[in-house]
Amino acid sequence: MHELAICQALIDQVEQIALEQRAQQVLSIHLGIGPLSGVEARLLQQAFFVARAGGVAAGAELVIDSLPVQVSCDHCGQTTDALPARLLCGACGNWRTRLVSGDEMQLQHIELIRQTAAEPGESETSTKQQHERVNQAS
Amino acid sequence: MCDTCGCNVTPGNAHLVQPGGRLSKTSDGREAVSVLHGLLDANDHTAAHNREHFNRHGVLAVNLMSSPGAGKTSLLEATIEVLKEQFSIAVIEGDLETENDAGRIRAHGVPAIQITTGSACHLDAHMVHDALHQLDLGALDIVFIENVGNLVCPASFDLGQHRNITLLSVPEGDDKPAKYPVMFRAADLVLLSKCDLLPVLDDFKPENARRYLQELASRAPIIELSAKNSDGMDSWLHWLFTELEQLEHRSDELAATSEPA
Repeated sequence: MHELAICQALIDQVEQIALEQRAQQVLSIHLGIGPLSGVEARLLQQAFFVARAGGVAAGAELVIDSLPVQVSCDHCGQTTDALPARLLCGACGNWRTRLVSGDEMQLQHIELIRQTAAEPGESETSTKQQHERVNQAS
Repeated sequence: MCDTCGCNVTPGNAHLVQPGGRLSKTSDGREAVSVLHGLLDANDHTAAHNREHFNRHGVLAVNLMSSPGAGKTSLLEATIEVLKEQFSIAVIEGDLETENDAGRIRAHGVPAIQITTGSACHLDAHMVHDALHQLDLGALDIVFIENVGNLVCPASFDLGQHRNITLLSVPEGDDKPAKYPVMFRAADLVLLSKCDLLPVLDDFKPENARRYLQELASRAPIIELSAKNSDGMDSWLHWLFTELEQLEHRSDELAATSEPA
């Protein structure tokens, strides 16, 4: 179960980005995971509930996009879909293929609410007002 | 994968970054920030740092992975016995508990650093980095990293090694490459270990293991060996010598490079 270790690395990255982007809240985190990455999406979701606690991503949703396994054939040059344990060319059956998709373990994007620029004398209220507006809208 | 040349945009995720994809700006204060980072960027960064250490000192780093009990430590013991007069070797041992394996290695007169991971099922680059600080790399030729016995998790973590070796022992069955494709795809060399058991465990067909590996589009060479009766050890040592020569060659060519092997 290395998904928790991976999730903790994910949360570290998200917190760093949230800081750089001056985010007050992270709403959702979007990953692309291929079956050959060695990470199980279901276990990652479970680990995420533990890892997200207490930080800027505490209320965030984890959205996992499962990416297809595709190989490019050295012999016929075609790119075809394949199975994780059977990476043969779908066109000519040759085994000399290269994986072009399917081993990704990638943070693709995050959705966040930025802190509003502090105007003199209204720093707290403007942030709160915007936060409330977004909550109502969502 | 990197963030500068676009090589992290694969056919699987390209639709996300194209115009009109899901990264288009959203309203209501919500903003989507494109990242496209690997989840293990922090690990990979430390792994690159480790690799730089190995390269700078001209040390060959080999990561051994397998299920528990496939014979990693026995292979290392047999290898050390043959090479210890000729090469300076150290071993980094990863286990959940105990110093048993490090003790076995030290009994052959070779330094061994034991990493006990507690409940962690794999080594990561940070653990290896800490262990490297306990070794005098300048005085070494080869560092073997014996990963935690596990055919799943270790495959996902780059440690900074030059080469990955996966052992598949005869008692495990010849279809392990099909069952654990991530692990066997990561291998630069596959060793079929405990081949002295082939006469008794005759349902293990090396040709089946080869076929399953081929179906993973694996180009890794496969060596059948037994650390017990020394069959196949010559081929394994020959592979190791070739890797040492290539490392030396690369070091000469690119004296101060930090490129991975």
